[in-house]
Amino acid sequence: MSVLIFAELDEGKLKKSSQEAIFYGAKVAEMLGTSATAIIAGAADNTELASAGKFGATKVLHATDAKLNEPNGMAYATVVAAAAQQEGSKVIVLAKSSLADAMTARLAGKLKAGLAANVIELPNVSNGFVVKSSIYTGKAFAFNDLKADIKILAIKKNTITPEEKDASAAVEAFTPTLNEADFAISVKSTEKSSGDILLPEADFVVSAGRGLKGPENWSVVEDLAKALHAATACSKPVSDLDWRPHSEHVGQTGLKISPNLYIACGISGAIQHLAGVNSSKVIVVINKDADAPFFKSADYGIVGDVFDVLPRLTKAVQAL
Amino acid sequence: MKILVCVTSVPDTTTKITFTDNNTKLNKAGVTFITGPYDDYALARAVELKEKTGATITVLNVGEADSEPVIRKCLAIGADDAIRVNAEPTDAYFVAEQIAAIAKENSYDLILMGRESIDYNGGQVHGIVGEMLGIPSISPVMLLDLDGDTAKITREIEGGKESLEAKLPLVLGCQEPIAEWKIPNMRGIMTARTKPLKVVEPTGTDKLSTVASYELPAPRGAVKMIPADAAETLIQLLHTEAKVI
Repeated sequence: MSVLIFAELDEGKLKKSSQEAIFYGAKVAEMLGTSATAIIAGAADNTELASAGKFGATKVLHATDAKLNEPNGMAYATVVAAAAQQEGSKVIVLAKSSLADAMTARLAGKLKAGLAANVIELPNVSNGFVVKSSIYTGKAFAFNDLKADIKILAIKKNTITPEEKDASAAVEAFTPTLNEADFAISVKSTEKSSGDILLPEADFVVSAGRGLKGPENWSVVEDLAKALHAATACSKPVSDLDWRPHSEHVGQTGLKISPNLYIACGISGAIQHLAGVNSSKVIVVINKDADAPFFKSADYGIVGDVFDVLPRLTKAVQAL
Repeated sequence: MKILVCVTSVPDTTTKITFTDNNTKLNKAGVTFITGPYDDYALARAVELKEKTGATITVLNVGEADSEPVIRKCLAIGADDAIRVNAEPTDAYFVAEQIAAIAKENSYDLILMGRESIDYNGGQVHGIVGEMLGIPSISPVMLLDLDGDTAKITREIEGGKESLEAKLPLVLGCQEPIAEWKIPNMRGIMTARTKPLKVVEPTGTDKLSTVASYELPAPRGAVKMIPADAAETLIQLLHTEAKVI
């Protein structure tokens, strides 16, 4: 009956968003009077796997088949479905990510599960099972009444702040039967900026728009991001112009992010851009146009030239 | 080559969302409905493939009668015929069930749709459809080329992208830059009026989730402006007042 959490690895380490998911899943388990089990696929050492215990999981099922070392949504869905069956889990929790999205949908299909995506709060189990989620690209919330026997909650970043405790989870090898059909997609090559902070995982984001005037000017943005340990992002026009890669595009048709701090530089703040960032905890807008609509949705604003302001902010951060 | 393109009819991206009936219904008054922006990319790529290989394109919408203008627009852009499943599309599993039922009858080579609808943003329907049909699903797809029955695909991943290959049939959730959005021309609009649009009733009644009520976000407090010549103060405020750094 335990609450099952699908946790992801990034280069053998538990992803930060998955730590949140484990903590969230453990809280749900507490509400339901049961325990929390994490299911993890891919190569990782035992100490790392056992660290799921710090966030409240009492057990980790480790799917050890080498075929799972490359992330694969379809195969992972088979693994998680098998884990749910073994554990008799009625609630499955995971953090939104591109892999989790691919996995979750297949899983919901397999288990005929009620699914809430972009969950932002713990569920209310006093009368049924109701979870609050972000909809209309952050413009509204829905209270979803999940009626199916099995429920899947895909949580958004910053839904919960994990507290660590001194505990470690019992790690068990898990070897479900894999389907050949789950490996029908072959990965030919992967291009990934390594060493950078992943944008969907980042606590701080420095983002820039056309106000930067050209891709050659991005160093002021990158310097501030580096000082803050922030990820860099951009507006749609900037990605359309190929100044920055599409994976940095935040907004209605790009990534939707919810960091602790979002600093927008030279972005006017069209409603489509706001949709992707309005669930950030604190928004800072820097724009030389005092009438930029973004200021209305910001917590802090500076009317000024980004080429003057950003280097000074970088220095101030370094001096902290 | 048979392509099914699934589209949603959703409030225009500039819409200010409000609710009625004690926060249980979207207030549709004054709202312009458009084809989901991601679905538009899917349709545009389907039309390009049709121009290259001579495919037929069927547009499928799970929606009520008020989504017909969106369906007609898809026909005007280049789809050959359309099916509307007459039901409110509130639950991903339910919508996927409808799509899978139509797909089973017609065996499409490609089932394309947006990576997510911009109303519920679940991003799940393509995967559930793939599971129901027992075929691979891939999302979000940025590039799609066909070489015989092999699809060559670029998918976005966190911090980058990956190149994939898979055999048809496939279900794909699409996003930019898979194709440029297409605007219907006058001839397309004229011919769209007479293209077949079949309305069918939904199969199955499995709504595994319902929305009990909606809520709007609390407005942000007033913006605190900092003079540009004291920009450094911002960092202090983020540290001591907002306590985020």
